Amino acid sequence: MGPSEGRRRQGGLVDAVNEAVHAEVRVAHEPHPDAYLRRYRLQDAAFFNATRAFAVLTLVTLAGIIVSLVVASWPSIQKFGLAFLWTSDWNAPAQKFGALIPIYGTIVTSLIALLIAVPVSFGIALFLTELSPAWLRRPLGTAIELLAAIPSIVYGMWGLLVFAPIFGKYVQPALSSTLGQLPLVGKLFGGAQIGIGLLCAGIILAIMVIPFIASVMRDVFEVTPPMLKESAYAVGATTWEVMWNVVLPYTKVGVVGGVMLGLGRALGETMAVTFVIGNTNLLNNISLFSPGNSITSALANEFAEADQGLHTAALMELGLILFLITFIVLALSKWLLVKLKINEGAPV
Amino acid sequence: MNLVARRKLANSLALALSLAAMSFGLFWLGWILLDVMRLGFEGLSWGLFTKMTPPPGGEGGLLNAIVGSVMMVGLAMLIGTPIGIMAGIYLAEYGQRGWLAGTTRFINDILLSAPSIVIGLFVYAILVARVGGFSGWAGVVALALIVIPVVVRTTENMLILVPNTLREAAFALGAPRWKVISGVTLRAASAGVVTGVLLAVARITGETAPLLFTALSNQFWSLNMNEPIANLPVTIFKFAMSPFNDWQKLAWAGVFLITLGVLAINVLARVVFAKGGGR
Repeated sequence: MGPSEGRRRQGGLVDAVNEAVHAEVRVAHEPHPDAYLRRYRLQDAAFFNATRAFAVLTLVTLAGIIVSLVVASWPSIQKFGLAFLWTSDWNAPAQKFGALIPIYGTIVTSLIALLIAVPVSFGIALFLTELSPAWLRRPLGTAIELLAAIPSIVYGMWGLLVFAPIFGKYVQPALSSTLGQLPLVGKLFGGAQIGIGLLCAGIILAIMVIPFIASVMRDVFEVTPPMLKESAYAVGATTWEVMWNVVLPYTKVGVVGGVMLGLGRALGETMAVTFVIGNTNLLNNISLFSPGNSITSALANEFAEADQGLHTAALMELGLILFLITFIVLALSKWLLVKLKINEGAPV
Repeated sequence: MNLVARRKLANSLALALSLAAMSFGLFWLGWILLDVMRLGFEGLSWGLFTKMTPPPGGEGGLLNAIVGSVMMVGLAMLIGTPIGIMAGIYLAEYGQRGWLAGTTRFINDILLSAPSIVIGLFVYAILVARVGGFSGWAGVVALALIVIPVVVRTTENMLILVPNTLREAAFALGAPRWKVISGVTLRAASAGVVTGVLLAVARITGETAPLLFTALSNQFWSLNMNEPIANLPVTIFKFAMSPFNDWQKLAWAGVFLITLGVLAINVLARVVFAKGGGR
């Protein structure tokens, strides 16, 4: 065999027959180079299509989630319409469902979480990029990332059995005797001090999202060109001024993206919230101390026991609302982070 | 106070606050871990690994829950890992451009952070409600759906880091593309890919929300994946929310095991990554 064999093909019938016989013999021993190529091409195509099929699977999953949630919640969507969003009745025996209280709980706890987590994460990122001695940077960064690795059920259980009692006994009285005395905001810190409730859930959520926001902030701070920072230092700026006037403006799109990512996490967090939010569908004051419900906690508590029919459909609709909100928030976050990369001139 | 003093003061103040923020973060990590260790140790005993979950007030352990969790996590990884790696290969090796890769990358990143409870609802709607009710398999599918985006992201990131010269060298030797990818690029990135797989294991080990209405839970010993099956996270949820002291003790022991497992896997993942010539 060899390259000369290809040339022999131009011969007559006999040659062709010979060729065929040879080819058959060759298949038994060793394939013709063309056969190699053909097989490789086939394998290449198969491999390419297989990988592409699995990539498409990801898209199909997303579409499947949205379609299946819409289908499953259709009875509820049909019955309650848009009023579902602002009705606060949640009464399974009476078959009346409105999502106001869970939606309120989800938004309030997430906002509390961001209010605490954003400044703290900024501080941590500042510490890790500018302040920390080089040898401490990695271990500290790892420690913060481990905070993100702890499963949410651990936060939830710890929050319910350890944090909430302490919070109700010491922190809530302190808050109510200080912030609670102020006009306007005072009402937020009144009421029964039982530990669990919206504020407690918000704080636990804050601890959970700090690592996510902090690591994105650290990563985007690190992409600031050293030249920019050095120039600022050279004209006499302090570390804080470099951070606030140079690094932050340069990376603000990415910082907002990181905050959005944290928000997405907070909105969809289930276990940590379910343990400490109090799980009640009554809400008759604006105090953050009062127990409430979030979309996720309502799902976690009620879904497995809900009867088929309207109750399940209403819970499915809650899930759909949650998914759409987080989808928008996360999409925004992703878009902002990509925009930062484009500004940088790096390939996306 | 003159300008310089004021600027210096502002600077020290900001840096002090930044130090405080760092301590704040570490403080919670320390507090949570210490409590989990302390309360978890109290609940540890041999019975934990030899007895089944008890009825209220009874004696028992977590054996069926541990076995159920291991089975579900293992099967979910078996399903999710190859799918995730293949999709990751597509994104890194074939899809640098084009709408399909761009869209997939975008959707994958969304699914990566999507609420896991919604994944549970999805599996409930397509599997539990239509085919055969609550089952271990439904739980496996839900967990696999969480694994896939994690593996896709890390696989793609790691493959992109492989220098193009390696690929070119392999092509120049006449290797077909699938061989270049499977034999050269993927192998060069293997440490990173393994890291991603380990992180995915850590991620689903503690996942509770998607199991609540897929695998449900089971008080008794069962290896039948077509039935509801006991698992650690849901058992912990049930026991921790209960008013019974014995149950809460078992829940702490369970939380201790999960935390220990997850942190160990995380450390292992970092070691693999560092040893494998990653960054």
